[in-house]
Amino acid sequence: MSAVATPVETKPVHRPESRRVNHRRRDQIIKWMFMAPAILYVALFFGYPIVQNFLMSFQSYTAETFFTDEAPFIGFDNYVHAFNNPIFGQAMLNTGLFTAGSIAGQFVIGMAIALFFRRRFPLNGLLRSMLLLPWLIPLIVSSAVWQAMLQQEGGIINQFLGIFSIPAVPWLSSPDVALTAVILVNIWIGIPFNVAILYSGLQGIPDELYEAGELDGATGWRSFRYITWPLLRPVVSVVLLLGVVYTLKLLDVILGLTNGGPANSTQTLSTLSYQVSFVEFDFGQGAAFANILIAISLVFAAIYLYTNRRSAQ
Amino acid sequence: MPRNRKVARTLALLAVPVLLGTAGCSTGPLGSDDPNTLRVVDYYNNEPSNTSIQHALDKCANETGVDLVRNTIPGEALVQKVLQMASSDTLPDLLMLDNPDMAQFASIGGLVPLDKFDVDTQGISENVLDAGSYQGEVYGLAPTVNTISLFYNKDILRKQGIEPPDTWAELKRTAKQLTTKDRYGFAFSGAASYEGTWQFLPFMWSNGGDETNIDSKEVTEALQLLTDMVKAGSVSQSVVNWGQGEVIDRFIGQKAAMVVNGPWNLPRLKAEATFDFGVVPIPVPDPGDTSVAPLGGEVWTVPKTENPDKQAMAAEMIECLNTDENQMAMAKDRLTIPSKPDVAAEYAKQSEAAETFVNQVGGARARTAKLGEDWPATAQAIYTAVQTALTGQASPEVALDRAARTIK
Repeated sequence: MSAVATPVETKPVHRPESRRVNHRRRDQIIKWMFMAPAILYVALFFGYPIVQNFLMSFQSYTAETFFTDEAPFIGFDNYVHAFNNPIFGQAMLNTGLFTAGSIAGQFVIGMAIALFFRRRFPLNGLLRSMLLLPWLIPLIVSSAVWQAMLQQEGGIINQFLGIFSIPAVPWLSSPDVALTAVILVNIWIGIPFNVAILYSGLQGIPDELYEAGELDGATGWRSFRYITWPLLRPVVSVVLLLGVVYTLKLLDVILGLTNGGPANSTQTLSTLSYQVSFVEFDFGQGAAFANILIAISLVFAAIYLYTNRRSAQ
Repeated sequence: MPRNRKVARTLALLAVPVLLGTAGCSTGPLGSDDPNTLRVVDYYNNEPSNTSIQHALDKCANETGVDLVRNTIPGEALVQKVLQMASSDTLPDLLMLDNPDMAQFASIGGLVPLDKFDVDTQGISENVLDAGSYQGEVYGLAPTVNTISLFYNKDILRKQGIEPPDTWAELKRTAKQLTTKDRYGFAFSGAASYEGTWQFLPFMWSNGGDETNIDSKEVTEALQLLTDMVKAGSVSQSVVNWGQGEVIDRFIGQKAAMVVNGPWNLPRLKAEATFDFGVVPIPVPDPGDTSVAPLGGEVWTVPKTENPDKQAMAAEMIECLNTDENQMAMAKDRLTIPSKPDVAAEYAKQSEAAETFVNQVGGARARTAKLGEDWPATAQAIYTAVQTALTGQASPEVALDRAARTIK
């Protein structure tokens, strides 16, 4: 009954409505075909790992699994073990402090620098691209360099402080200071990202608004408070969300600087997940930690969507 | 408009099969099906080991009449990579493993006991066999082994008229005497990694401590010794961040007069040290006690593959790597210690440092001898306790007690 085989016969059968229905269906199919690559891609590279990771957290998935292909389901055992891990509480607290501290520092400094670069001055472009440098260095390299600079004896930072007769700070060797040191390094790493995004956000604010504001007496802080900030809010919320998710899962910087030490004082959920998975080879429990991290990230994503919708209304 | 739609339809139709096609691609079996070719995996990617091992492998392949395809995977990635190979049924025929990792592979049935191929273990020392054994069966053999000892800066000690320490009391006193404004008397690795554990073991074991009971009096005393030296300022508190590489850097830079380290650094020391150095056994609690250090080194194993013929050939390769002559050749190239005491005794004749290491290896202990696949958990508990005590978070007693509770 194909239209190609008997074109002359079938042609009169087509009534306008049925042709429209046919057309609509064909449009529908074409739409789905266009979406198919994206759907397949997401399903394959995002859906599959997430589902797999979710399932894995309920399995006894260890080194043995690789040899026997057996990963028995063990219910919530992995989560029970994860929560009962002697350093789970500390890792949670560290994750919170690390994320809050890093984001606050990165954002405030990043915003200040972005505002500064809004002014026109010589070498503006060059300096701005120089600022991106920390971002271009592999994290494991920058953490190795920082580790050398933060050495208690002979480290360049303590030598510098010594000029002002400030006693050597045990940056990475004291459990009381190590987390702060790691946060400071991470702030340095995150500034370029914040500057780049915030600066491009600032570019989108039309100059006329400032000129008009100036006529009404809105200069300096007031122009920031009443013009820049409200117009930059969508960008700010994206920067903060990405920053939080990125910082929560950050691993290489901590591994490079302290490997979670001294005495677990810089252990976070992500280092713990790594440790359990790739040092102890208990992938099931590692997956449980990873899922806890994903859940926390989702909370922030939900907050972002909520505030975004509210501001849109 | 209609033309656009037509183009669009064609494109959409094209996209689907392309994606399905890539998804459907299957990976063929890696490696060679040639019955005479063995796949070898090891982690010797640094010189001089890389060349030395290649040389030994080539020589043995020649004698055994096989061809080799060697794959060198950097140290930290090796175990992960081998696990992946296991899950895709592409395990190598001959596999090198760091000895503390071997028990885990044997425990999950990934290796074939060497007994099965009547591999000759005659003349190999008991502790080396321990390091390659799991539940009484030998799964791996190490042609050469290593351990750690005490390196000291001869120039500095001579200038102050001080002898290298033999006992803990002497170590404490000497470390204090050697400490100046810009130099520490002593350094070791107290890192949050297996290296930290490995360097703590000689103190713990020489005092009669045991890994099956890490909150014992003997282990506590050992940790107390190290903690006291940090408190006294003769050891930097930064040792909690130093791996063994950083420790030897401090020694070469004369920022530490005495350090714990291994023979693999001898070539670098000879090349870079601007001073005379010596090596002595790690100090013991009381005069006359035996210095017990951990036994290091890599064992060669036969993974459980589908091919018994290749397994037998791999076993033959292992036997060949362990002949007196080959052990000696690798030991000399890599400055490690032959695992046969007779060969080691011959090797010891070449230098004072070699003699110290041969003696220290003789009394060394395998980390997995008692705990087998449970060793990693204990090792982690030990370095956590060391870090907790050295940073003053808790007394050695409390730190070890807490650590012991995490593994019981």
